[in-house]
Amino acid sequence: MTADLERLLRDVGPVDADAAQERFVRRAVDDGLADVAYAPVDSPVGELMAAVTRRGLVRLAYEDGRGDAVLSDLAARVSPRVIEAPARLDDVRRQLDEYFAGRRHAFDLAIDWELTHGFTRRVLQSTARIPFGELGTYRSVATRAGNAAAVRAAGNALGANPMPIVVPCHRIVRTGGALGGYTGGVQRKEFLLTLEGTLPR
Amino acid sequence: MSLPPFQTVLEEHREDVLRFLTASIGRQEADDVFQETFLAALRAYPRLKRADNLRGWLLKIASRKAIDAHRARKRAPVPAEHVDPGAAPPASSALPDEALWEAVRALPDRQRTAVVLRFTFDLAYRELGDVMDSSEEAARRNVFEGLKKLREEYR
Repeated sequence: MTADLERLLRDVGPVDADAAQERFVRRAVDDGLADVAYAPVDSPVGELMAAVTRRGLVRLAYEDGRGDAVLSDLAARVSPRVIEAPARLDDVRRQLDEYFAGRRHAFDLAIDWELTHGFTRRVLQSTARIPFGELGTYRSVATRAGNAAAVRAAGNALGANPMPIVVPCHRIVRTGGALGGYTGGVQRKEFLLTLEGTLPR
Repeated sequence: MSLPPFQTVLEEHREDVLRFLTASIGRQEADDVFQETFLAALRAYPRLKRADNLRGWLLKIASRKAIDAHRARKRAPVPAEHVDPGAAPPASSALPDEALWEAVRALPDRQRTAVVLRFTFDLAYRELGDVMDSSEEAARRNVFEGLKKLREEYR
């Protein structure tokens, strides 16, 4: 009898954890507990991982198999309350879709600059002001960030851009027109500049 | 020390927490208490000092929430006019052996918690003591007493 009882106690039957999780995520977002809300976003340049805080877009990453690392980094540097909540990313997703469809030239998104500091932040904020259809140079963003000699540091700052595409580091090329590097690989830089009609030849 | 993203914790342990709650308070209420458990966990998460036994931490929160739910139910019984004595419980809410689980849920709080953790989860007595904030010995005794009652009532 005891063995039988113990066996019976092991079987709770099936549970619907998906439904429970879905309700929990909605409650967590409504209660303002999802400090970092993220979701995958499809794009012609591969899957992206987008994350927002209450202040705005904090991260847009080329997934490239490093989604887990991106989330761990957000947990360590922003808040461990990282929740997958696609509804919070609807606006980001819609604007990216419009951009890739050629129907949007400027993003209208609040930005949370928390992951950037000092010179890097100034370089990226200056880059964010370069409009669709124009290009800048490493030297010009270094100058506008307050240090004309720091061309290489400006390149590093752009390589550490936590929000490529939305902060358009792809619009920065070398003086003389060579493409230079890109955080997601040069092929993606070519794709984006072709989309914008500014690929140097 | 850095904590993993909460989403990882949720996905890794949601099934265990829901199974524990289903066993402790029944399928009907398990979903509500699941919400309360994970909301409380998410609130406290950034202040957590160690991440080496997240399952134990979640089961501890879940067991407290389950006890709260039991007490709330005793304070607020279902109004008589809503009870249809002839009605069988709805099929979707039935655990595999409903009579047994009714008996489990009728156990005193600590015995119920101990029995579910021990048998539904195969928790060792030491781990069980950690989750229940008691000694290994007390955990063993609660399991023993609980099983004894179940054997008397469930034949």
